Amino acid sequence: MKMTITEKILAAHAKVEKVVPGQLINAQVDVVLGNDVTAPVAIREFNGLGAKKVFDREKVVLVPDHFTPNKDIKSAEQVKVIKEFAKEHSITNYFEVGRMGIEHCLLPEAGLVLPGDVVIGADSHTCTYGALGAFATGVGSTDMAAGMATGEAWFKVPPTIKFVFRGTDFNPWVSGKDLILYAIGQIGVDGALYHAMEFTGEGINALSMDSRFSMCNMAIEAGGKNGIIAPDDKTLAYVKERAKREFKIYQSDPDAEYARVIEYNVSDIGPQVAFPHLPENTRNVSDAGDIRINQVVIGSCTNGRMEDLRIAASILEGKKVHPDVRCIVIPGTQKIYLQAVKEGLVEIFINANAAVSTPTCGPCLGGHMGILAKGERALSTTNRNFVGRMGHPESEVYLSNPAVAAASAVLGHIGHPQEVEK
Amino acid sequence: MIIKGRTWKFGVNVDTDAIIPARYLNTSLPEELAKHCMEDADPAFPQKVAEGDIIVAGKNFGCGSSREHAPIAIKAAGVSCVIAPTFARIFYRNSINIGLPIMECPEAAAGIKEGDIVEVDTDTGLIKNITTGVEFQAAPFPEFMQEIISAGGLMAYVKERTKNQ
Ligand code: SF4
Repeated sequence: MKMTITEKILAAHAKVEKVVPGQLINAQVDVVLGNDVTAPVAIREFNGLGAKKVFDREKVVLVPDHFTPNKDIKSAEQVKVIKEFAKEHSITNYFEVGRMGIEHCLLPEAGLVLPGDVVIGADSHTCTYGALGAFATGVGSTDMAAGMATGEAWFKVPPTIKFVFRGTDFNPWVSGKDLILYAIGQIGVDGALYHAMEFTGEGINALSMDSRFSMCNMAIEAGGKNGIIAPDDKTLAYVKERAKREFKIYQSDPDAEYARVIEYNVSDIGPQVAFPHLPENTRNVSDAGDIRINQVVIGSCTNGRMEDLRIAASILEGKKVHPDVRCIVIPGTQKIYLQAVKEGLVEIFINANAAVSTPTCGPCLGGHMGILAKGERALSTTNRNFVGRMGHPESEVYLSNPAVAAASAVLGHIGHPQEVEK
Repeated sequence: MIIKGRTWKFGVNVDTDAIIPARYLNTSLPEELAKHCMEDADPAFPQKVAEGDIIVAGKNFGCGSSREHAPIAIKAAGVSCVIAPTFARIFYRNSINIGLPIMECPEAAAGIKEGDIVEVDTDTGLIKNITTGVEFQAAPFPEFMQEIISAGGLMAYVKERTKNQ
């Protein structure tokens, strides 16, 4: 049969024996996701269809996370549209402020996406769920509307690029974020255009689930259709305590065909920084030079999970954020927030003069809660550093892992965590 | 469908934040979005662009977010077609779904200058630079997508299909 994990999942959901790259299929979807930016457009389309019901009220997930808690009147109106739609269709997975989280942190945590699923989300970082061994991809609002109505989506089966991360001798402070930034730096922001990115090797096996989420999260930053990591014991331990329905484990066949195989040694990869204005402009932190910063953001669907907050806190403990810097910490979900409170991390952040916020996308997309003025510079654990991404078109965003971000918050410039170690 | 218009050129990797900055995403009204179309790539674009104009850009056009607001803003600003060597995949999908014609053609993207008058046949993929007389051939859409396009976009296509259920 010879198929990759991506091909197997798509074939199963298209109810065919085999699929090959380039083939157009109609696949059943397990989850259809939307947020406060994309769902209102999808709902308008859905209503325009004359559709009476959503295909499955438990499989449509609506998460207002981008401009919430509502930033202004317009944002409030958008959220109201979603909320009323959720009520009208008795959608079980609508997450109001106080229960919500950033969608891509929330769905895996709540057990709403599982290994072997096909997930479409009207948000480009839907590819995050590939870390669970699911096929998950971002679509637009029209696709979301069609998905809500039919429970199906059309796909062109992508060819797969296999990334092999050799070795487990990680350099200090290197996490999944660095592996993916490094890979994007190597292949470019369109290096995996239209392709599935399958991450394999001992280096991946050694990563925590949180690090795997942050890797698959950024597949789209290389143009990828999906990122995917085959499930192992860590995946199963993660989903076992969360799953409320059946799921299926898929693995690539050993002789599956790949468009390309790319190998890296993890020992060659140091903590990375992506310079403005593309995620492919990566360098080792040690080669960053003297870059003064005005703001640090630790959070987002890339790095707003427990591991990220723990690492950041381990660096900020007993230190103070540099007087010229605003440091904003945003836990990814309510659960993560509470856990961070229990572990004393929030106290560490506050004592270090960092601001801690309720879960929101906020500054990641230049929405609210930390917008940059003209000429300002931020180091952020988010995933995009496009022109104007975090505010004024003449501001700058640099990307890194949480350790580098926390260390740089203390230093006032972009620096290596070892520069602030006790 | 035959499209004819004046061209505006943009560089490589034009991202969705440049096409429609997130600060304007607290609305989804096409006419509001059109006012800020391409603003972070060229602040004067929303004033300059006229009905029927064509955007010609470098590779990976529309990379970044899944926001359908991006092709909606372009369409609502009056742009009739986008030509580029490659498009980011969600942008490609969204454009097909909302009925914004986009043509993948590296030769045309390289061989057309800003201000040239260009004619595009979306059925055959033929792109004619009227100003210089040079012709380019883009790959026509796969049959399945042609079906979506000829139905008038994905919604019309789905409507067709759900009607009999
Ligand atoms: S945190 Fe940023 S990248 Fe993630 S979903 Fe929110 S806006 Fe998008």
